[in-house]
Amino acid sequence: MSLPKQEITKDLFVHAPLESGKSEELPGTPVTFWSEAWRRLKKNRGAFLGLITIILFSVMALIGPFLTENSYMDQDLALSNLPPKAAGLEWLGFDGSDVNGIDQYAARGINESFWFGTDEFGRDLWTRVWKATQISLFIAIIAALLDLIIGVVYGGISAFYGGRVDNVMQRIIEVLIGIPNLIVIILFILILEPGITSIILAMVITGWVGMARVVRGQILQLKGQEYILAARTLGTSNSKLIWRHLVPNVMGSIIITLMFTIPTAIFFEAFLSFIGLGLQPPLASLGVLIEDGYKSMRFFSYKLIFPAIVISVIMISFNLLGDGLRDALDPKMRK
Amino acid sequence: MKGYFAKRLGYMLITLFVIVSITFFLMQLLPGTPFTDPEKLSEQQLELMNEKYGLNQPVAIQYVNYVRSLVTGDLGISYQYEGRSVNEILSERIGPSALIGFQALVFGALAGLALGIISALHHNSFLDYGSVTIAVLGMSIPSFVFAALMQYFIGVKLGWLPAALWQGYEYTIMPSLALSVTVIATVARFIRTEMLEVLGQDYILTARAKGISEKAVVFRHIVRNAIIPVVTMLGPLAVAIMTGTLVIEKIFSVPGLGEQFTKSVLVNDYSVIMGVTLMYSALFIGVVFIVDILYGVIDPRISIKGEHKL
Amino acid sequence: MEDTILKIDNLHVSFKTHNDGETKAVRGVSFELKKGETLAIVGESGSGKSVTAKSLMRLLPKQNSMIKDGQVFYEGKDLLKYSIKEMQKIRGSEISMVFQDPMTSLNPTMTIGKQIMEGLRKHQAFRKKELFKKAADLLELVGIPSPMERMKDYPHQFSGGMRQRVVIAMALACNPKVLLADEPTTALDVTIQAQILDLMKDLQKKTGTAIIIITHDLGVVASMAQRVAVMYAGEIIETGTVDEIFYEPKHPYTCGLLLSMPKLHAARSTKLIPIPGIPPDLGQLPEGCPFAARCPYVMKVCHSFSPSKTEVSETHSVSCWLEDERAPQVEWIDGAGGSIDERKRKVD
Repeated sequence: MSLPKQEITKDLFVHAPLESGKSEELPGTPVTFWSEAWRRLKKNRGAFLGLITIILFSVMALIGPFLTENSYMDQDLALSNLPPKAAGLEWLGFDGSDVNGIDQYAARGINESFWFGTDEFGRDLWTRVWKATQISLFIAIIAALLDLIIGVVYGGISAFYGGRVDNVMQRIIEVLIGIPNLIVIILFILILEPGITSIILAMVITGWVGMARVVRGQILQLKGQEYILAARTLGTSNSKLIWRHLVPNVMGSIIITLMFTIPTAIFFEAFLSFIGLGLQPPLASLGVLIEDGYKSMRFFSYKLIFPAIVISVIMISFNLLGDGLRDALDPKMRK
Repeated sequence: MKGYFAKRLGYMLITLFVIVSITFFLMQLLPGTPFTDPEKLSEQQLELMNEKYGLNQPVAIQYVNYVRSLVTGDLGISYQYEGRSVNEILSERIGPSALIGFQALVFGALAGLALGIISALHHNSFLDYGSVTIAVLGMSIPSFVFAALMQYFIGVKLGWLPAALWQGYEYTIMPSLALSVTVIATVARFIRTEMLEVLGQDYILTARAKGISEKAVVFRHIVRNAIIPVVTMLGPLAVAIMTGTLVIEKIFSVPGLGEQFTKSVLVNDYSVIMGVTLMYSALFIGVVFIVDILYGVIDPRISIKGEHKL
Repeated sequence: MEDTILKIDNLHVSFKTHNDGETKAVRGVSFELKKGETLAIVGESGSGKSVTAKSLMRLLPKQNSMIKDGQVFYEGKDLLKYSIKEMQKIRGSEISMVFQDPMTSLNPTMTIGKQIMEGLRKHQAFRKKELFKKAADLLELVGIPSPMERMKDYPHQFSGGMRQRVVIAMALACNPKVLLADEPTTALDVTIQAQILDLMKDLQKKTGTAIIIITHDLGVVASMAQRVAVMYAGEIIETGTVDEIFYEPKHPYTCGLLLSMPKLHAARSTKLIPIPGIPPDLGQLPEGCPFAARCPYVMKVCHSFSPSKTEVSETHSVSCWLEDERAPQVEWIDGAGGSIDERKRKVD
């Protein structure tokens, strides 16, 4: 239209169809569900940052305790209550001086530097913080995985058999969901005696219900979808149906739920430790350290601040990653 | 409507009964009795005490007695405080908890609503990112970490508010604020999602096409529709506040139910633990029940019938 | 022309896509609407019909869409230059809109009475009593029984057809001069469709409102419109009176549309002929005519140059290289012209 007519010569007016089939081609290349999800996740800066932070903190939880020569349980009263000191970070407050501005290291003639300081028994807080992170993450991940297994089995059976079985199983869930889980967790800890195993068990006893509901809901929803019916009508085998349609769709929800279960478990563990129902010394979890730090925060605020930062960053990272995964894996939002 | 009401009521009672039973039998499994301090009590004294509190009877009978007295509203007597009934202790303790809980809920809901609405109306702007960041922080940072840091910085370092204890209104502010953090974050996130969903609905276009002012579109159509589902959050929020009171009352030395509970746990005062447990559970179940009924009343789309599912 | 009420000139609308691309949804659309007439805009989904209508009302989402160029003259004034406040005065009182799905286009938590009165209150200063009366009258006008009682009902208490009547009542509340109906019957049952179309025709006779009806259903066009604009890939490729479009379609796409339309009275042996292929991606349009890839008569020129508009008659124009004097004469495949002729008669 914009071009002058003389450029258009008569010989252009001949029938010239495109090679057949080209007009049927869909624009753009098809993408698989997982690569599309990964692409979306990478684009979500918050979620990606969360993922990197989680990896970083997990690595630190594993190697952190070995970066100094101190053990997380060795007590040495001569080294008690030392403020944090790190060479090169003096400007950030890591100068070894206490609330009164006195350099405790110089005053007590200590040559060693404790990056996060020491507690009242002279234990190195750097080592303890990472050891605690390790334990907290371990508890959370194991609890979340157990939730996952029980939830998938329960929800799967409930949705798969349907009818009377489903009805009974759902009534049970409806009653369980009415019970505030915190109360049950506390009572179980009281019975089981505080410890890693009992904390995990207590959290799993109530925690699986959420996962079971998600799994059941997803499977039921999928069972009713017309494309499943269509696939069946076209003779798709059961195993193909499960792997092609059921798994990718249910997996998304399971991963998202898992990502939110882990921070919840970290929170509950810390919570229990904070009210005195957590791990016993010399074991340390983030909750235990926060409780210790809280008790002496007036004069030794560093004891509270380091574990508080670590737990907050981990919780934020998991929440960001969970949010990002929800956006990335929710097929309804795919554009 | 009546059938539905009865059904929900039935569920509520069953759940409550299950909780009572679980609580009771778990208590039986607990290690040690409240009177197993050999230094203070002789064998004979112990016998007497056990008799007095009915602890030497068979479990089944204790259970029946317990349920029977519960039905009449009697929660028993404290093992820890000589001669004091659980009812008495709880009624003393409920005031402070209710006050900070209520303040936290009201303030948190209002602040959360404001944040969420601003965030959604300025979707993908800096205001939105700011609100989302606040919400993520509020959801992620454990309430007791927040409370401890708040007590240290605002109470101890700056001295703006009393750091602890319970001697006047200003003592309620920090515990309430600490409790409200989760509420703010939860409500803000929820309302933001709801608003964004409503914004994409056809009826918003219809409203705009009528030529009414943007303010009317936002408040009469968008916010109204987005706020209704927030009611469903009351259950989870009640739990968050109850969970919060356990630690926050401990931190700020608030003489409430939560503080009593953490104390009683450490001394195995079973009857008080059970009393608080039942009270919290009943409160939670009651909130869920009311929300369920309320939702049917305020959302005209839901006509409550038997087949309505949660 | 004096009796022109709405004139759209060279309208361009684009959407931002998630990877900073641009989807050109409307590309240089121009048309006129005369007082009291009905113009049908026809096209496949994604051809830019709805976007055109929403741009006229300035109802496109601010964040990801922009009107890049063009003018929308309403009674001689360019609506695209209006402020939001000025636009609000036009919306609902001068130009109204009816949306596709009556199930979602009413606010579920507001009584329909309130929803009707909302627009009335804004544009016409009524007292509360009069407002109520007027709204009830409107409901009666669109054929809702016992309107006084139904004013207090919520949308979910109405059937789809009844809701669309309510939507139409809302749109007509302030006697607008132009009504944009975006696929008003697509979401409805066939029997209800006919009722709604009859209602619209009926109301048009009473009020003299000019209607732009957007549809992909040629049956709707035949029963409602005087003039037709056919849209493809964001452009109007052919426009003319209903007779011209149905009897003498000039563009291969229009022809294809007619051939792919089933008709109740057509002989059993008449085959439906689908248009092969799919519309082009508006984010990356090929050069030349956008229909080239699907066109059975495509020529070399079509792949490199956009066709210009040719006036076939005073009312009929088409954008196709076949109209160029250098183009070979083509016979419509399968004798399309004849059968269309026959079908049109059956439609009436």
